[in-house]
Amino acid sequence: MSEIISSVVAHYNYWIYIALMMIGLYAVIGKKNLIKKIIGVNIFQTAIILFYVSIGAKKGATIPIIHHGPGGGHHETTASVIEASQYMNPLPHVLMLTAIVVAVATLGVALALAIKVYNQYGTLEEDEILSRIRIR
Amino acid sequence: MSSQYPGLLVIVPLLSALLISVAGWVNKRLCFPIAVVGLSVALYASIGLLLRVLAADPALDGGVVLYRLGGWDPPWGIAYYVDRLNALVLVVVSVSALLNLIATKNDVQESFSTKIGAFYTLYILLVTGLLGITVTGDAFNLYVLLEITALTGYGLIAMGESRAPLASLNYVYMGTIGACFYLLGIGYLYIITGSLNMVDIASILPGLYDSKVVLAAFVICMVGIWLKMGFFPLHAWLPNAYTYAPSAVSSLIAPLMTKVMIYVMIRLMLTVFTPEFTFSVLALKTSVVWLAVIAIVMGSILALGAPDVKKMLTYIIVAEVGYMVGGAWLGNRAGMTGSILHIANDALMTLCVFLAVGNVVYRMKGYGFDDLRGIFVKMPFTMIGFVAGAFSIIGVPPTCGFFSKWYLISGGIEAGHYGFVAALVFSSLISAVLFFKLIEVGYYGSGDAHHHHGTAPVSMAEAPISMVVPLLIVAGGLIAVGLYTGDIVTHIIDPVIAQTIMD
Repeated sequence: MSEIISSVVAHYNYWIYIALMMIGLYAVIGKKNLIKKIIGVNIFQTAIILFYVSIGAKKGATIPIIHHGPGGGHHETTASVIEASQYMNPLPHVLMLTAIVVAVATLGVALALAIKVYNQYGTLEEDEILSRIRIR
Repeated sequence: MSSQYPGLLVIVPLLSALLISVAGWVNKRLCFPIAVVGLSVALYASIGLLLRVLAADPALDGGVVLYRLGGWDPPWGIAYYVDRLNALVLVVVSVSALLNLIATKNDVQESFSTKIGAFYTLYILLVTGLLGITVTGDAFNLYVLLEITALTGYGLIAMGESRAPLASLNYVYMGTIGACFYLLGIGYLYIITGSLNMVDIASILPGLYDSKVVLAAFVICMVGIWLKMGFFPLHAWLPNAYTYAPSAVSSLIAPLMTKVMIYVMIRLMLTVFTPEFTFSVLALKTSVVWLAVIAIVMGSILALGAPDVKKMLTYIIVAEVGYMVGGAWLGNRAGMTGSILHIANDALMTLCVFLAVGNVVYRMKGYGFDDLRGIFVKMPFTMIGFVAGAFSIIGVPPTCGFFSKWYLISGGIEAGHYGFVAALVFSSLISAVLFFKLIEVGYYGSGDAHHHHGTAPVSMAEAPISMVVPLLIVAGGLIAVGLYTGDIVTHIIDPVIAQTIMD
């Protein structure tokens, strides 16, 4: 039992992302309101972004900008070796800038479509829309 | 110049999409010519690439064209890899997109007269995305292009008839979840290999086959891609989205989107996770083929119950996706050959039938079974194209559909997977029933069932020549590709599989 707890605590970032992902997935599948579904999709995307950001982070590490040593600007004086463990991995973070753009674009398209659906049926509840389609 | 083909392939359509959106404000008549030019350059570049790859000596550089974007060497920069597999898919994508662009000109100009700029911008961006997905050698770049394709697709589908926005919104939900799964799988791969370049990942992975992370990455990527391609239990978004889309969009997205996703799946199976891992280390082979069997059977049955022509064709696509996934997962040479061949063949035959239905919709303003009454008299040339496409989907010998089905069936027999063989035969029978039912309605169902006394001859109302000619070119292509199947298999498909073993 204590092993399980310690593994949960040690990897808490993964547990959080999985929990967020499941909340998002539940909202997409379980909710009937189209806007709630869109929010679910967004939570799902955010969970993935959290996952990527957390794998790039390191404990006690700083942003990946290499200073020019204590001498300030002189390359010759930077005798100290650059320790990779002192710097965060920037690549996953940069990837997520793209993913955020994609998420925003998806949200925009989804909301535009929701407006179109609302104008057409006067509601955003999925079951009401479906019953209206059947009547026609 | 020819060394820049892989770059031109993506950059020229991308820039022409931007130009079109500007032209949409300035002079709407410029939009269509710019789109044609952009796609023609892409077609020229992809044919050039195919010829270069075919001429390349496999022993020298693996028969691969490598293109460094911005001059950065892989694995740090994004590299475009072109081998025979994706050169074939590139040609299929650019040919289909260009023919469809020309064939649907009249239809688009009448349906979207005020939105021509937006329509062609989205159209060209979608093709850019598809070409980019095919050409890229970087796993994350693939995700971005996947979303470019998907987002433009949502927009195009929503331009359709009244139920289109809702269908498109459902597609947004499922498509985004699918892409996110793929992204998550790539994240796991990045954790374990520290690389995003496909070839680089493939060279690092062999020592890690036992790792649970690699297994998770593979399964998550696969689920994401299956969602995107509408593999049976995950297909729910597909029929509505493709049916209610405008016909010019249906005939672009239906042939190309699913096929490019199949290509991505095969690329992951063969290049990134090598066949050794996919078929030997994982014990998933048989169960995935059974899933494909269910997809084929259910797709065919749902097609039988479909209320109109377009929906029937979309369910046939669901079944065809099952063909290709099943063939690829059989794990032997014949099955994989059939699957790759079917990417090209199915793209062409789906394009053919959807173009024909587009012509029918253009004249009859509907795609119900009733609209097809007496259609052979009214639109004889369109129906020649439709029948060619239908015969290819059924698998009648001179057409290309027969040959890929032949490879798939022999692959199934070789693997001892008789369920898959039975499903293929069953599905062919169902498509025969479906299409002969349509042909009967079109041929014998006289123009107006209500006027019993009238024997007035039904006048011919063929679609404009600019719509018929591309359709007949595609129909001729079906037979030509069928006749040249042997060459395609020996020169293009065989080397691809030879590079990566299996038997």
